[in-house]
Amino acid sequence: MTPPQRQRRSTGAASDGVPAKEGELRNPERLFVIGGEGGGERADLDLVTLIVARADPPVSATPEQAALLRLCAAPLSTAELSAYLSLPFSVVTVLLTDLLAKELVQARAPIVRQKVADRNLLEAVMHGLQKL
Amino acid sequence: MDFKSSDTIPGPRTEDRLPHTAEAAVKIVIVGGFGVGKTTMVGSVSEIRPLTTEETMTQAGIGVDDNYGSASKTATTVAMDFGRISITDELVLYLFGTPGQERFWFLWNGLFEGALGAVVLVDTRRLEVSFDVMGRLEERGVPFVVAVNSFPDAPRYPVAELRTALDLPEEIPILDCDVRRRASSRDVLMTLMRFLHSLAVKGALT
Ligand SMILES: Nc1nc2c(ncn2[C@@H]2O[C@H](COP(=O)(O)OP(=O)(O)O)[C@@H](O)[C@H]2O)c(=O)[nH]1
Ligand SMILES: [Mg+2]
Repeated sequence: MTPPQRQRRSTGAASDGVPAKEGELRNPERLFVIGGEGGGERADLDLVTLIVARADPPVSATPEQAALLRLCAAPLSTAELSAYLSLPFSVVTVLLTDLLAKELVQARAPIVRQKVADRNLLEAVMHGLQKL
Repeated sequence: MDFKSSDTIPGPRTEDRLPHTAEAAVKIVIVGGFGVGKTTMVGSVSEIRPLTTEETMTQAGIGVDDNYGSASKTATTVAMDFGRISITDELVLYLFGTPGQERFWFLWNGLFEGALGAVVLVDTRRLEVSFDVMGRLEERGVPFVVAVNSFPDAPRYPVAELRTALDLPEEIPILDCDVRRRASSRDVLMTLMRFLHSLAVKGALT
């Protein structure tokens, strides 16, 4: 028995040969609105941006904000905040955008893939995995 | 939105809190079809019980008969499981298990663009489920390895045969695994990291 054969996508199939980016719509009849309507301004936060509270919840904080601030007394990723709060990722980023503007939280940006990867970083990760 | 009072929200257990020194995180994506073992793999290596993040979107279908005022709307929720491995006191690794359908990838800001790399998890009983994903990763320049989660009744193919079928170059690692086992799942991640390291060395030379 032989496995089924993959056919490579013909490059350039996506109109002008420029690969479609995440978020680009292939089907123009479909319009996706993330997180429902009226999401407002959103800070550029990654799923693994680490969030740390800089202050206790002020009395003016909404219940969501107060809960979020309590959760990130120690650093916590936006993905974990979304999970613990049972709120969609986009809703968490809207909440955080506000808290960042008020300087109630600090955001620690993730290390993202570079064209030429940082070998020290990769070696650190390998070393960490070895301990598992 | 109905929101639970903040006192009732169970946050991370004390032992699941990251130290204050945690400075930055990196991520790896595990991608594959439904039931291929993504969540099991995340759970095998994660230091926390796997968590779920979700995203909702409204899909407004604007057909020829609709005008904008009456466009029909459907809300969809997409969920993704993830886990965490503390690498050092400063560095944290997150693993995301995401379904193969790339039409949802845009929901997660830079999920693939920012990831160090990806593991394409395949089941030889339905190898073709992974074809589209590999094409996408190639297009986006996301480095990946292929891990074959060996289910008992799945056909076994020699690696060379799989490589030909998947049309993958010699340098891309293909390996067998049992995602239920921590050591096996860790080996998959190590293989990905070694592959990324070899790419980094090559990149530095050219
Ligand atoms: N026999 C066997 N079962 C597995 C293996 N990996 C996963 N499973 C089972 O397959 C089912 C689907 O796995 P899951 O991790 O939820 O798949 P996902 O949809 O990719 O997240 C679960 O019931 C697992 O226990 C494996 O290596 N061998
Ligand atoms: Mg799953």
